[in-house]
Amino acid sequence: MADLAITRELDAPLVVGEPSYSDVTESVSRIVENKMPRAWYIAFGVTATLTGVLLAMLAYLVTTGIGVWGNNQPVGWAFEITDFVFWIGIGHAGTLISAILLLLRQRWRTSINRFAEAMTLFAVACAAIFPAVHVGRPWRAYWLFPVPNEYLGIWQNFRSPLMWDVFAVSTYATVSALFWYTGLIPDLATLRNRAKTKARRIIFGILSLGWRGSARHWRHYEMAYLLLAGLSTPLVLSVHTIVSFDFAVSLIPGWHSTIFPPYFVAGAIFSGFAMVVTLMVIARQVFHLEHLVTMKHLENMNKVMLGTGLIVGFAYLTEFFIAWYSGNPYERFTFINRALGPYWWAFWIMVSCNVLVPQLFWFKRIRTSIPAMFVISILVNVGMWFERFVIIVVSLSRDFLPSSWGHFRPTYVDILTLTGSFGLFLTLFLLFVRFLPMISMSEVKSTLPRPAAARGGER
Amino acid sequence: MKEPMVRTGTAAAPQTAEKVSIYGVVAEFESPEALLEGVRAARALGYDKMDAYTPFPVHGIDEAMGIRRSRLGWIVLGGGIIGAVAAVLLQWWTGAVASPLVVGGKPLFAFEFGLPIIFELAVLLAAFAAVLGMLALNGLPRFYHPVFKYSRFDRAADDRFLLALEANGAGFDAEQAAEILKSAGGRHVEVVTE
Repeated sequence: MADLAITRELDAPLVVGEPSYSDVTESVSRIVENKMPRAWYIAFGVTATLTGVLLAMLAYLVTTGIGVWGNNQPVGWAFEITDFVFWIGIGHAGTLISAILLLLRQRWRTSINRFAEAMTLFAVACAAIFPAVHVGRPWRAYWLFPVPNEYLGIWQNFRSPLMWDVFAVSTYATVSALFWYTGLIPDLATLRNRAKTKARRIIFGILSLGWRGSARHWRHYEMAYLLLAGLSTPLVLSVHTIVSFDFAVSLIPGWHSTIFPPYFVAGAIFSGFAMVVTLMVIARQVFHLEHLVTMKHLENMNKVMLGTGLIVGFAYLTEFFIAWYSGNPYERFTFINRALGPYWWAFWIMVSCNVLVPQLFWFKRIRTSIPAMFVISILVNVGMWFERFVIIVVSLSRDFLPSSWGHFRPTYVDILTLTGSFGLFLTLFLLFVRFLPMISMSEVKSTLPRPAAARGGER
Repeated sequence: MKEPMVRTGTAAAPQTAEKVSIYGVVAEFESPEALLEGVRAARALGYDKMDAYTPFPVHGIDEAMGIRRSRLGWIVLGGGIIGAVAAVLLQWWTGAVASPLVVGGKPLFAFEFGLPIIFELAVLLAAFAAVLGMLALNGLPRFYHPVFKYSRFDRAADDRFLLALEANGAGFDAEQAAEILKSAGGRHVEVVTE
C-alpha cells in the first residue's frame, strides 16, 4: 500500500474540521463507553419486539409446516426465497465498500467500511434463516452440508446450483466475519487501552488478542488485510452470481437467462448502498459523527446508487428486448405478463423505485439533501425487494401450460416473517453500535491530513 | 497502572540494567514524521534492533527500520491451493466413488459443475490462512509484552508513536539509547524491563 501515501497529499481532506488523532479516538470510542441516547433504547425496544415476532413466526412454521405460508403449486418459491435474495443482496455493499473500494484506492471508504461490513454480516445472518426453514424439516438443514449422516445414505448432488449456493453463502458469511474481525483488532486494542473498568480491560484485552501496534505486526496485518480484500472481491461477485444460477440454470421462462449474474450483482450493490445510506443517515445524526461521515461520503454513495441503478434499468430493458428478439413465445409471454398480468403492480413498483426514482440523484441538490436521500434509499430497497418478487413469484405463477398456472397470495405469516427479519437485522445493528466502534479509528487516522492531526499536546 | 520505570538521566539506569533484564528504551513521538526521524537517527548510530508502536501503519517505517516484506502471501497461496484440491476431491469422491448416481444424464464428476465449489473453498481456506497466518507470524494472541509496562503505552493506540530501542541489539547501551531518542525529539524516555 506504499503508493497510497502519494495520493494522500493530493486528495481533499476526507473529514471536516481538521480533527486530530485523539479527536477521532474520542468521538468514536465515547459512543461505546457512555450511556446510549434515549433514542437507542426506544429503537431497541421496537426492534427487539419485531425480533420476537420473527421468532414466533418461525416457531409456528417449524411446529406446523410450510403450509402456513402462501406457497402453492406452482409457486413453490415465494416470500422466503425473495427475502433470502433480498438480504444477501443487501450484504454486498458492505463487501464492496471494504474490499473493492480498498483495491480501487477509494480512500473515502475508511469512514463507512466498518459500518457497512457489520451490515453485511447481519444481512447474511437474516438471509441464512430463510433457506434453512424453507427445507421443511429445518432440524435436518445440516443435510445441506456434506457431513456424513445415518439417514441419508447418499451424498449431496454437486451438480445442482443449490449446492453451489450453500457453499457460496457459507463461505461469504465466514470470510466477511474474518475480514470484519481483522479490521476490528486495532480498534479493540484502543478500547482496551482506554478501558476504565477491569471487566472492560479484560474483555477487550482478550478480543484484541494482545495487539500492540508494533510496526512488525502492521506489516503482516496490512498484507493480510489487502489479501482478504483481494479474496473478497471475486468472492462477493461470485456469491450473487451463484445465487442467480439458482434461477438461470433452470428452464423456467424469465429465469433461464445468461444476463442474470451481472444483473444480480449490480442489483445487490444497488440495494446494499441504499441500506448503508438509510442507516448511516440516522447513525451519524444520533451519534454526532457528521465530521467523520461527511456529505461527501453520502454523496459518493448516492452516485454509486445512481450508477448501479442505471445498470439495473438497462438490464430490465435488455430482458424485454431479448424476450421479443428471441422469438420464444413463452419468454415473450412471461414479460408481457410481468408488466400487464395479475402482478402488474409489483412490476411497476419495481420500475418506479429502481429506475425512475434514482434518476433524481442526477441533481446535486437532491444528492446532497439528507431527507431526499433517506426517502430515496428506502424506496430503492422497496423496489429491490419487489424485483426479486417479480422474478421469482411472477415467473413461477405462469410458466408453460395455462392449465398448471396458479396465483400466489401471501399469508400473514409470510408478511410478519419478512417484517420480523428487519427486526432481527436492526437489533443486531443496534447491539453493534452499542458495543463496538462503528468507525474504523485506525483507518480514519491514517487518512487524516498530517500536520494538523498530530496536535493534541500533553495529557 | 504500573509505576513508570526508571527514568533515564538518573544515575540508576545503567546499574538497573545489570540486575533486571531490560527490554529496551522507549520514547514517545508526536507524529509519524517525528517517529521516522527517530528511527533513522538510531539506525545511523548502529542500533539495529528496534520496534515502533503506532495507532495506524506508518508509511515508510518498514524501509527505515529495515523490515522485509511480509511472506504472508505464500501462506495464503498455500491455503487457496489446499481449498481447491479439497473441493475437487470432495466432489469427485462423493459423486463418482462413494455414491455414484446419474442425475439428468450429467457426468458423475466434471470440472464444469465443480468449479463454483472449487472457487468457494479455495477462497475460504485462503481467507483462513490470511488471518491465522497473520496472527501466527505476529505471535498473537500474546497477552503480555514488556512494552505494555511503558507508562504512556495506552496512547500508542490513540495518538502517539512509540519507538523502542531493544536491549538485545548489538552494542546496546541504555544511556546512549536514551540520549539518541531524546536528541531525535522523543519524549518521556523510559527504560522498560522485561
